[in-house]
Amino acid sequence: MIRVLPYLGVVVRIVRKDLAVEWRSRQLVASMLVFALLVILIFNFALELDARARSELSSGVLWATFAFAGTLGLNRSMSIEKNGQAIDGLLLAPVDRSAIYFGKMLGNMFFMLIVALLTLPAYGILYNVNLFNGGLLLVILLGAWGYSSIGTLLAAMAMQARSRELLLPVLLFPLLIPVLVSAVRASGYFLEGLEMVYIWPSLNLLLAYGVIIPTLGYMFFDFVVEE
Amino acid sequence: MIETHGVSKRFGYRLALESVDLRIKAGELVALLGPNGAGKSTLLRILSLLTRPTVGEVVIAGFHLPMQASAARAEIGFLGHQPLLYGELSASQNLAFYAGLYRVKRPEARIKELLKLFDLQFRSNEPVRTFSRGMQQRLALARAVLHGPNVLLLDEPHSSLDRETVAILDELLQAQADKGTAILMATHNLLHAQRLAQRVELLVAGCLAASWKRSQFASKQFLALYDRTLRRAQTGAHRD
Amino acid sequence: MVTNSVQPEPRLLRILNYVSAVLMMSAIWMMFFYAPSAQLEAGGETQRIFYFHVATGWVGMAVFIFAALAGIVYLARPHPTWDVLSVAAVELGLVYSFINIATGSIWARPVWNTWWTWDPRLVTATVMELTFLAYLLLRQSIEDPQRRARFGAIYAILGSLTVPLTYLSIRIWRTIHPVVIGSGDPSAQGTFDMVPQMLHTLLFSLLAFTIFGITLLWHRVRLGWLSERVEQVRMKAMRS
Repeated sequence: MIRVLPYLGVVVRIVRKDLAVEWRSRQLVASMLVFALLVILIFNFALELDARARSELSSGVLWATFAFAGTLGLNRSMSIEKNGQAIDGLLLAPVDRSAIYFGKMLGNMFFMLIVALLTLPAYGILYNVNLFNGGLLLVILLGAWGYSSIGTLLAAMAMQARSRELLLPVLLFPLLIPVLVSAVRASGYFLEGLEMVYIWPSLNLLLAYGVIIPTLGYMFFDFVVEE
Repeated sequence: MIETHGVSKRFGYRLALESVDLRIKAGELVALLGPNGAGKSTLLRILSLLTRPTVGEVVIAGFHLPMQASAARAEIGFLGHQPLLYGELSASQNLAFYAGLYRVKRPEARIKELLKLFDLQFRSNEPVRTFSRGMQQRLALARAVLHGPNVLLLDEPHSSLDRETVAILDELLQAQADKGTAILMATHNLLHAQRLAQRVELLVAGCLAASWKRSQFASKQFLALYDRTLRRAQTGAHRD
Repeated sequence: MVTNSVQPEPRLLRILNYVSAVLMMSAIWMMFFYAPSAQLEAGGETQRIFYFHVATGWVGMAVFIFAALAGIVYLARPHPTWDVLSVAAVELGLVYSFINIATGSIWARPVWNTWWTWDPRLVTATVMELTFLAYLLLRQSIEDPQRRARFGAIYAILGSLTVPLTYLSIRIWRTIHPVVIGSGDPSAQGTFDMVPQMLHTLLFSLLAFTIFGITLLWHRVRLGWLSERVEQVRMKAMRS
C-alpha cells in the first residue's frame, strides 16, 4: 500500500525543513527555554518550596512547565505553515497527508526534547536536585511523544479556527491529562528510586497513549487539513 | 489534460460553483475571466486538488480524482494568491525542499537553472521574507514549474507585479504552452488574457457564461461584446 | 444538505413526551416514597439523591459514547444529520454529567464532610465534562459548517478515548505509594446496603432518564434541522 522508504523520506524532509527554519530564525527554542525558566521561577514563589518538599514536587513542577512551554512550540510550528499559506505547498505535493502529520509531530517532539534537556540542568542547579536519571529521561521521551502526537493534531485544527492561540490550550489540556498524570507519577518514582513494579503501570499507560493517539492522528490528519 | 464534468462546490449554504464543464487540451493556454467573487479561485483550488468538489468529476492528465489524487498531484503546478514559501528559508532551500517532495531528478542542476531563469541567483541565500512581492512571485512560479508539470494553474499571476517580472512570466507561459503544458490562468485583466490566451472562458457567479476563441477576442469590438455578456450574465445570476 | 422541510412533531415523539413525563414523575415518586432511606452513615435522607446521581452518570457517559459513534459515522458518510445528532448528544451529556457531578457533591457533603475528593471517578467525570465543553468551544470557533462538523467528530472521538485513559492514569496515581499530601480514600465510607426496593428504584430511574434523554435528543435534533433550514432561507433572502 504505502511504500515505506519514500514515506519516511517525506517525514524526514519535513522534520529537516522545520529544523532549518528554526536554525535560521532561532526564535522558538530560545523563547520556549526562557518561558520554561520563568515558569519554574513562578512556581518557586507560588509554592514556597522548601528543600525537602522540592524533591517530591519536582516532577510535578517540571511537567507543568513542559506542558505550558510545549504550547509555544505547537503554536509556532503551525504558524510557520500558516504564514504565506505554506501548508498549501505541502498539500499540493504528491505526498501522503499522514506523512505531513508525522513530520510535524517529530519536529515538535524534537523541540520539546531540546527544551527539556536544557531545563533539567537549570532546575537541578536552582533546587539542588539531581535530575540526571535514566528513567526520568525515558519518561520525558515518552511524554514528549504523547504530547506532540495529540498537540500536532489539535494545533492543525486550531490553526483553522478563530482565536487559535486561545483555543489550542483549551482543546489540548483535557486530552493531555493521561500523559501528564502518568508522566508525573513515573518521573517522581524514578527520582525517588522506587522499584520498577511501581513504575510499570504509568509507563504502560504512556505507551498505550503513544500508540493510540498517533494511530488516530494518522487516520484523522487528512480530515483536518482537507477542504 | 484538464477535464471537469458538472463540478459544483458548496461552502455551507453558498453555492460557489455550479455545474462547471471545462476541457483544456495539452498545449492550450486558456484564460479564465470573471469579476471578483465569481469562483475563479475556487475552481483553481479544485483543479489543483487542494479542495474537493461537492459534486462532479475532475480528470487531470488522465487521472480520475479523487482516487488517483496522489499521482495527479505530481503533474500539477499551482500558483495562487499566496506565495506558498517559507519566509525564513532561502530561495534555494525552499526549492530544494519542494524538489525533494516532488522527487525531482538532479535537483541541484534544476534549481540552478530556475534561479537563473527567474533572475534570482544573486539573492538565492537570503531569507525569502526579505524579497519584494515581484521576487516572491518569481520564486513561487519557479516552485510551480520545478517538477516539470503537465498542467499549470495560475490564479491572477500578474497582480501587482513589476514590468520585468511580467515579461519573464509571459515568456515562461508561452514556452510552457509550446512544450505541451495545459495552462489555465485566472485573471480579471482582459488585456493579459488577450495577449496570452488561445481561448477565454467567462465565469460569472459560479457558472461558465461564455467561451471565446482567439479569433473572436483579438478584434477591437471584443471589449464591448465582453462587457455586454458580463452584464447580462450578472443580471441573470441575480434573478436566481 | 438538509433539504427535507421539517414536519410538525411526529406522533411517536408526542407519545414519547408523555411517556417521559410519566416515567420521570414515577421515578421521583419512587425515590421519595417507595425506596426506604439508607442508614445515617450513608447520608440518611440525602442518600435518595443517589438514584439521580447514578442514572445521570451512566446515561451521561453512554450519550458521550454515542456522540463519538455519530462522529465516526459522520466522517465515513458526511450527512449533516449525523453531525446534529453528535452535537445533541454532547449537549445532553454535558447536562446529565453536570447533574451527576453536582448531585454527587451534594450527597458527599453530609457523608464525607467534604464537597470534593480527588477520587478517580470524580476527577474523570470532571475531565470528561471539560473535554466536551472544549468540544463546544471548538465548534463555536469554526465558521464553515462542514469543517465544524468534521472537527467536532474528530474531537468527540479523541475525547471519548482519552477519558478512559484519564481514569486509568488517576487510578494508578492513587495506589500503593503512601500519599504524604492528602488523606486516604474516603469513598470507602458511605457505602450502604442495597435493599430490593432500592434496586428497583435505581433501575427504574435509569429507564426514566434514558427515555427522557432520548426524547430530549430527538427534540434537539429537530431544533438543529429547523435552525439549518432557517439559515438556508436567510442565505437565499440575502442573495436576492
